Amino acid sequence: MRIEFDEPKCVAAGQCAMVAPDVFDQREEDGVAIVLDPAPEPSQQDAVREAAAVCPAAAIRLVEP
Amino acid sequence: MSDDAPYYPMTREPSCPFAPAAAVRTMGPVGKVTIWDGSTPWFITRHADQRALLNDARLSIDEKRAGYPHMTPGRAAAAPHIPAVITNTDPPEHTRLRRTVNGPFMVKRVEALRPRIQEIIDSLVDDLLAGPHPTDLVQTIGLPVPTLVITQILGVPYADHKFFQEASHRAISHDADPSDAAAAGRGIGEYLGALLTKKIDEPADDVLSEMGARVEAGEMTFAEAVTMGGAILIAGHETSASMISLGTLALLHNPDQLALLRENSDDPKFVANATEEILRYLTIVHSGIRRIAVEDIELHGTVIRAGDGVVFELAGANYDPAEFPSPDRLDLRRAARQHHAFGYGAHQCLGQSLARVELQVAYGTLYRRIPTLALAVPFEEVEFAMEGVAYGLKSLPVTW
Repeated sequence: MRIEFDEPKCVAAGQCAMVAPDVFDQREEDGVAIVLDPAPEPSQQDAVREAAAVCPAAAIRLVEP
Repeated sequence: MSDDAPYYPMTREPSCPFAPAAAVRTMGPVGKVTIWDGSTPWFITRHADQRALLNDARLSIDEKRAGYPHMTPGRAAAAPHIPAVITNTDPPEHTRLRRTVNGPFMVKRVEALRPRIQEIIDSLVDDLLAGPHPTDLVQTIGLPVPTLVITQILGVPYADHKFFQEASHRAISHDADPSDAAAAGRGIGEYLGALLTKKIDEPADDVLSEMGARVEAGEMTFAEAVTMGGAILIAGHETSASMISLGTLALLHNPDQLALLRENSDDPKFVANATEEILRYLTIVHSGIRRIAVEDIELHGTVIRAGDGVVFELAGANYDPAEFPSPDRLDLRRAARQHHAFGYGAHQCLGQSLARVELQVAYGTLYRRIPTLALAVPFEEVEFAMEGVAYGLKSLPVTW
């Protein structure tokens, strides 16, 4: 799985960081998402799928093999 | 008004007060409603359609455009005078503005407030248990929790809470007279303007001071900071207060679910998931979220024309059986995270992470500490408050 993050769309709601804290974080100054691991381990992938699903701005796209 | 375009906001069935009005679910996916000014915006009720459209650049939240389906006469009258803020701008301007006010609502920063919120709720429960019963849970827990939290975050003196609780209710209620709503809005603006000036002179560790620093740095105007401060103050207390009181009523009405929550109160994951389901089940914002089409949009064979108003009924999405099977059942174990109780799209609730922490602490504490909590009146006699942007309870008489 590979994460494609469309930063200009990010509204910094932080839902990704809440659902998958090992893969996403928020930038200190404004809360914009940071992808900590663009190719997450299988153990993280369910949480990453949920993060993509709850992102209100649809800024997280997953490329799955 | 016609049968094809029922009046909106709609009235819930008294026998089934938590579910959306029947018409929300019997209408087709692309319906029409009649609003207060006689106009008939489109009415979108399905989860998948809302997800697609609420991130679609062909819809705008710019309430200054002619034909925008305003919530209330007061809001329509005020719209031309409101500066550009997150509630009336589209991306990319919206994205820039939202990032400037987002800091205090970041997940990490609201998580850091959890111990303080726990203290606030524990202390209110101590007072409740030491006092007489029956008592009114709206006044003793529901209203004070979010008011204490939001006043601390914003840096507004709690002593003034009666003034802004009352003024904010008047400013946004559906049954408010437009001139009265405008006067209430001006009152909040003047109050916050004076406070912001003080915070610029003597900054403290709070959001108003943070916005004051941005005003000084030229990143936002004084008027924008006052408008945002007012929005945070208003949005931050009535909604969470309703969720605490209504959530408690819904749980008392579903004793098996209440027992389940009480037994799992020490499991943060369970409580977090239960909170999402209670948010879905209640969907307290019942005035729809509103947009205007700026280009033609085809949806299920119907064309929404540029210039048409569009209303999204959030409870429709949250009771859409295609997304939530048996939606009328409160099921705290259900995966409900994708609900639209906070809206969806770029304008999804700014304070949602804070609301989640408040609600998780409230739901995780109240029933554990008051295990025999019970209604002090028959369920049918509990009085609902339906006239606001969000619905709630006038009072919730409880005993233990």
